[in-house]
Amino acid sequence: MSVLEIKDLHVSVETDQGTTQILRGVNLTINEGEIHAIMGPNGSGKSTLAYTIAGHPKYHVESGTIQLDGEDVLAMTVDARARAGLFLAMQYPVEIPGVSVTNFLRTAKTAIDGTAPPIRTWIKDVRESMTRLRMDKSFAERNVNEGFSGGEKKRNEILQLELLKPKFAVLDETDSGLDVDALKIVSEGVNRAKENTGLGILLITHYTRILRYIKPDFVHVFVNGRIAEQGGPELADRLEDEGYDRYLAESNVN
Amino acid sequence: MSAASARTQASTKPAPSPALPTAEQHGIKEHSDGRFGYVPVQTRSARFKSVNAADFAAVTGREAVWKYSPVARFTDLTAGELDGSTYEYTVTDAPGVTVDWVGRDDARIGTAGLPEERASANAWTTFERALAITVTGEDEKEITLSRANLGSAPRAAHTIIEARPFSHATVILQNNGDARLSENVEIILGDSANLTVITVQEWNADAVQLASHFATIGRDARLKHIVVSLGGSIVRVNPAVHLAGPGSDTELLGLYFADAGQHLEQQVYVDHIAPHTRSRVTYKGALQGAGARTVWIGDVLIGPGASGTDSYEQNRNLVLSEGTRADSVPNLEIETGDILGAGHASATGRFDDEQLFYLQSRGITEDEARRLVVRGFLSEVVQKIGSRPLEDRLHAAIEAELAVTEVR
Repeated sequence: MSVLEIKDLHVSVETDQGTTQILRGVNLTINEGEIHAIMGPNGSGKSTLAYTIAGHPKYHVESGTIQLDGEDVLAMTVDARARAGLFLAMQYPVEIPGVSVTNFLRTAKTAIDGTAPPIRTWIKDVRESMTRLRMDKSFAERNVNEGFSGGEKKRNEILQLELLKPKFAVLDETDSGLDVDALKIVSEGVNRAKENTGLGILLITHYTRILRYIKPDFVHVFVNGRIAEQGGPELADRLEDEGYDRYLAESNVN
Repeated sequence: MSAASARTQASTKPAPSPALPTAEQHGIKEHSDGRFGYVPVQTRSARFKSVNAADFAAVTGREAVWKYSPVARFTDLTAGELDGSTYEYTVTDAPGVTVDWVGRDDARIGTAGLPEERASANAWTTFERALAITVTGEDEKEITLSRANLGSAPRAAHTIIEARPFSHATVILQNNGDARLSENVEIILGDSANLTVITVQEWNADAVQLASHFATIGRDARLKHIVVSLGGSIVRVNPAVHLAGPGSDTELLGLYFADAGQHLEQQVYVDHIAPHTRSRVTYKGALQGAGARTVWIGDVLIGPGASGTDSYEQNRNLVLSEGTRADSVPNLEIETGDILGAGHASATGRFDDEQLFYLQSRGITEDEARRLVVRGFLSEVVQKIGSRPLEDRLHAAIEAELAVTEVR
């Protein structure tokens, strides 16, 4: 069984004002098949955690470790992490002009698997996933994320999640900017991917809304760069009622 | 910058107030070439034109049309004697398209435009016969005219591409081999004609080509003009398109990939004369290797009679290594207040790190991600060519350019 293990992770970022400490000792273990929701107010470091796992060069790991089945993730390049089984569904997926979705998906699949996917089953897989995500056929010929609406970009991320079949996926505010219909479609996609591959999920969100459709096994409250409290799904309900004020007040005292 | 306003200032400039600081006070001195306070003729359509090389002063490299070019490396073309004889070419067949050598007295010669610089005039003075491509017939068709044996002695050429009213065709001008060439290409579109002209430069590494394309477009006619420059030492292709007929339309596309030491230049001029005319200009280039140099100048003139026009021009350059230089100069002159739109954009930059991160986060290696981004960047133009075999071949040619040196 696969395990993603984050230990005492400290991360800083360079800004115009100098070095800013963002993550201050994150400890988190995710097993295959588990869904962990990370919830927290804006600026608490949720996205920094997501991008650090994926290996964005902007974030500097000061100390701590990230291991995937005992392998040192921090020593891997961005693409090696993806090939090892990590996936990040981005909050703001970037446009790649002139690169069609079809070409991009095939190139990524080939990179992840080490061999090109057999053409007939691959085309069928892509088409079926797109249909289930209510993506029009014309998407395949469009350039990656170019001119996509917010909802279309998110669906395109989940399409990749379904096709690339990672061991662990980090979903960074996948719910943001989605209307309720799109939210349901995207959530169904995530649940389907989990059913099919049994992947572990780190679901990063500001609101509890998406948790109505994707049921977390664990909820972690993220405040000021570390996990302030953790519990089961009931913790999300409490946050829904009380908000983050209680944690913020505490962290200010510190 | 509005050249029109600069010209107005020159003619109506009031005497400076004694209260204002003087130029001398700020240490501003006359340039060594004189001309302090001299405002040159700037409206694009008012440039001096002549078919006689002798009417132009010797090229110094300070002229507006030459200031970005390595003029010392082709004095044979601007000042020397050129071979104006006919040359060898091959052409594919298509119904309704004829290709013939015609005399200097052909009525079409000089109807699309006239030389505005010395190399162009030199070629015009010298050419013995013009190669005329005449397109008739409403059915869509494609021909490829190839030149591959122009040799390395300086020569002149004159080409006419005439699309008769209502005709529809794609004409590909394919250039390979050696060349030291100065040439003029006249493109004439009759009313409602639909013509695509694609000029592909895949010359040998030492080749020098200075080309001026002149186009005039009739009522409701449409010209798609595409410049693809990949091979050659110095390649200058300057298209000037006159939207002369009401409702005429042009799309000008360019694609260039400059390697170490290569100079690839294009001076694009769109002249909106008639009302309800439309133009779109998109040139994209990549630069890689020490001394790779590209120049793009985009002049758009919307004349006083060109009401209801819609124009947009853009140039994008992707810099792939140190030691390269891309010049990008968009100019827009508007002489009527009644237009639908006029815009320009220019950007020259390195790789977008966020694009690379996105691709890498999907398991794609850094090198492959860079190749995908460059290919994607340039294929925006390739995708618009509309000739599938040529598109495929250009994708492969770009691939080969990328493979030559490691992309860094």
